[in-house]
Amino acid sequence: MDDILEILIQDARKSPAEIAEMTGKSEKEVADAIADYEKKGTILKYRAVLNPEHIAETDGAVRAWIEVSITPQRGAGFDSIAERIYKFSEVKNCYLLSGGFDLLLLVEGHSLQEVAGFVSQKLSTLENVTATSTHFMLKVYKENGDVFQNTEKSERLAISL
Amino acid sequence: MNKNKLHKISTLVDELPPSGIRAFFDLVLGMDDVISLGVGEPDFVTPWHICEAAVFALEKGYTSYTSNRGLKSLLEQIAIFIKKERNIIYNPENEILVTVGVSEAMDLVMRAILDSGDEVIVPEPCYVSYIPTVKLAGGNPVILETWELPGFKVTAESIEKLITPKTRAVVLNYPSNPTGASYTKKELESIAEVIKRNDVLLISDEIYDHLSYDIPHIAMPTLPEMKERTVYLNGFSKGHAMTGFRIGYACGPEKIISAMTKIHQYTMLCAPIVSQMAAIEALKNGMPEVKKMAREYNRRRRLLVAGLNDCGLKCHLPEGAFYAFASVESTGMTGMEFATKLLQQEKVAVVPGEAFGSGGGKFIRLAYAASLSDIEEAVRRIKRFVKK
Repeated sequence: MDDILEILIQDARKSPAEIAEMTGKSEKEVADAIADYEKKGTILKYRAVLNPEHIAETDGAVRAWIEVSITPQRGAGFDSIAERIYKFSEVKNCYLLSGGFDLLLLVEGHSLQEVAGFVSQKLSTLENVTATSTHFMLKVYKENGDVFQNTEKSERLAISL
Repeated sequence: MNKNKLHKISTLVDELPPSGIRAFFDLVLGMDDVISLGVGEPDFVTPWHICEAAVFALEKGYTSYTSNRGLKSLLEQIAIFIKKERNIIYNPENEILVTVGVSEAMDLVMRAILDSGDEVIVPEPCYVSYIPTVKLAGGNPVILETWELPGFKVTAESIEKLITPKTRAVVLNYPSNPTGASYTKKELESIAEVIKRNDVLLISDEIYDHLSYDIPHIAMPTLPEMKERTVYLNGFSKGHAMTGFRIGYACGPEKIISAMTKIHQYTMLCAPIVSQMAAIEALKNGMPEVKKMAREYNRRRRLLVAGLNDCGLKCHLPEGAFYAFASVESTGMTGMEFATKLLQQEKVAVVPGEAFGSGGGKFIRLAYAASLSDIEEAVRRIKRFVKK
């Protein structure tokens, strides 16, 4: 992967000037490359990574993984039914998988009831949905490469040769 | 009881200077909340797949001695790895020895080859153990000063000037601790010429070889006729971030490796088996993580060096390792004064150049094996400090 992208993935707030210093490129080269990535849609957006547990504490947010079995539609396969499902704002992630079920959703709500309500009233009632299985998330250890707990780190000597 | 007699230390050891610069070290270690650019090891924790292999080894009951030279499977993996990565061909049966880090390997080679009074040419600035290991083996270190040479690089001429009939070996470390200097193929070839012409041995410490950013690393034994004249030292501490595992290896002519093994057998017996098992995993599957860490160091390197030059501390862009060796001459302070005051006033730890040789008074060593945010904050503080 390009150095610029690798740096931005770690810290999207790094300025072109800082990235230029780290990569040995000129500030303009970096700014142009970023603009190009944005234009091409390689970089879709920049956002903060939040600790979901902290959000849960303040907002009472609840997340669940839901396995969904569906009957594919003639001509459209899984895509059109997947689209009907992922357009719900409660659905944060949606994947088509091989194996015992078809779609895997990450659904977010403000309470257990809200997520349960979404499953029973909106999801299960869709014509092509044949079964669902809901797993409420209890604790996040690691997400997108970030570890969400304070792990003990061994002390390095502050000075060594 | 005559305590003077009872606790008398050998003259040889008694006359060795204490390691590094003890007082300054104690000052740093006694202080809290220091941003440290003073370390000689990666800030990364050993990649998990390697740690996991070590845990698995323990679970399986790998807690015994191994053969003196190391586990057969490790010796074979080392041979495969250096062939693939560096195109060096060594026979795992008699040309490789697994050691407790390069430090042990360096000690072994000196003891294996030196007779009392033999000379070893050691470039300065250099890693702190080289000169004491030569002395402990009864040899005489001959200092090759590179303080004023471009990029702190050893040149063929500078070596040749110091060669005498007593010269047994030349030590070369690249990329270098503390300067980060490395060598192009052409530069290495000219050094090799001197080595060949004078029939001396080259002890090549290439522990930082995977952290080479601008120059493709060329291993000394791959140059024509150099394999039989080189003892090649490498290990896992730096590239694989495995300092605490204490594991490395030496490759060289069968006769020398066999002599080193003899000493190793009596003094160390073998390298710890758990570390050997971890090293096998590192060799088999470790390169993607090594490359990832190297890319990260490279960014930090540019950031730190640009920052230092910006502060008026002249510093060339080091080709490798994870050190910047900056001149503090513009501040009117010595390396030691600079490091001490910087620590006291701004709580940033760096190593005074004096630690790497008596000519180091103009310099400090800064390690960029620290997080980007620590490097950025350290540079801000150094800037403030220099302006005062």
